[in-house]
Amino acid sequence: MSEPCQTDTAPSRRDFLCALAGCAAAATGACVDPTHTPFFRDHLRELAPDEIARMLRELEAKESARFGKEVTVAMDGPRPGVEFAYALDLTRCVGCRRCVYACVEENNQSRDPEVHWIRVLEMDKEKGVDFAHADAYYDAKEVPRPGHFYVPTACQHCRNAPCVKTCPVGATWQEPDGIVVIDYDWCIGCRCCMSACPYGARHFNWGEPGLPAEELNPKTHYLGNRPRPRGVVEKCTFCIQRVRAGLYPACVEVCPVGARKFGDLNDPAGEIRYILQHKRVFVLKSELATLPRFYYFFGA
Amino acid sequence: MKRTRCARPRRSLAPVLLLGTLAAGACGRHEEVALVLWQEGLPTSSPAAQGFQVPPPPFTAGVFPCTDCHDPEIPVNTRRRDLVTAHTEIRLQHDEEHRWCLDCHDAGNRDMLHLAGGELVPFEESYRLCGQCHGDKYRDWRAGVHGRRTGRWDGEKTYLLCVHCHNSHAPRFQPIEPKPPPTPPRRTP
Repeated sequence: MSEPCQTDTAPSRRDFLCALAGCAAAATGACVDPTHTPFFRDHLRELAPDEIARMLRELEAKESARFGKEVTVAMDGPRPGVEFAYALDLTRCVGCRRCVYACVEENNQSRDPEVHWIRVLEMDKEKGVDFAHADAYYDAKEVPRPGHFYVPTACQHCRNAPCVKTCPVGATWQEPDGIVVIDYDWCIGCRCCMSACPYGARHFNWGEPGLPAEELNPKTHYLGNRPRPRGVVEKCTFCIQRVRAGLYPACVEVCPVGARKFGDLNDPAGEIRYILQHKRVFVLKSELATLPRFYYFFGA
Repeated sequence: MKRTRCARPRRSLAPVLLLGTLAAGACGRHEEVALVLWQEGLPTSSPAAQGFQVPPPPFTAGVFPCTDCHDPEIPVNTRRRDLVTAHTEIRLQHDEEHRWCLDCHDAGNRDMLHLAGGELVPFEESYRLCGQCHGDKYRDWRAGVHGRRTGRWDGEKTYLLCVHCHNSHAPRFQPIEPKPPPTPPRRTP
């Protein structure tokens, strides 16, 4: 990254910014190489391993200072041959929203303004899966309420993801293990992906995320639960910081009725394959051909 | 010594469990390992040997071992009746027209349960007892699909016993209080 800016016939974005920053640095007399700052760096997937390592170190130092405790920012890559998938048992879910809040705590969502990656929809048994009459704001003393069933939704990690296709800057993509991720430092906040997503799974940080230091989960992943800046989009990452370390996502572990199942689609002995082989399975809005990795099934 | 066996899972079985898990993972037949052990009628020494790591059963404080109160010297009253002197808090709502205590609890060994065929099973293997009637759930549970599992998707998992979620005397799930709803979006005036 320390080589001088190249000049060729079609200057890239980086060359342009590099030259611009060079002028600014010369003007102010600063002797910092501006191409090392997050704003001027290359796309994440074009960075060399040492550049990524330095970026993570700087990020850890910055977040640790900001929150007054040690924050780690990992960048564990996908495991070869692993393809994640998720399954949710609609005959078990009682709509208790434990998953919603476990997710918030694990993934450092903003408490105020409120950001929830999981939305639990209450539906009428008489109407079936019907988004037009679903209610995400049901306020009940006890659940499940008679005559209703519950459909929790979050990012469906589509194989043919409209959000990825629509992002104008390539800030979101699907990893080889199937997780659709966002580089919060590359996102420009245009929210095209939000309008493209048929599941309402993406959420925008309209204000500065309010995250008390004592509630911060300090074990973070660059593409997952690290604290986000204002003006970027975020969503479920299957708890990338947990699943790439071999653990179950937080929502799976907290579900009191065991409705949430997670595993490797390529493992013939795994629970996901068992469900696909033995249960009645469907995906949301299959007519859109988004090919979700998130399956709903009837366990009973 | 039976008592010790029921009260806490044997520590020394941990390596067996690990080997079992590894073997199951290697041949990709977690479920069948358990099945083979079961079908051959081998003495199933512990859930771990069957491929399931389970936490200890959720006994109410002070009720186990049962022989603390049920003195083996005193003859057992095997007459079906309403309990008035002890266990009055138990309200059987589990096929109560056809079942009662000694269908599952063993009269000869009060610290054990028994299967329909008479085989004694410790409380930590109660899933075998439940599986006699609820075979479909038992099959799904063994595959990790019915019930909650924690641990690693790529390795060691902790299963919960049926009775960790279902009260064996009244197994229907009771309604629970939900966490607060999200704040609805504000309308701009």
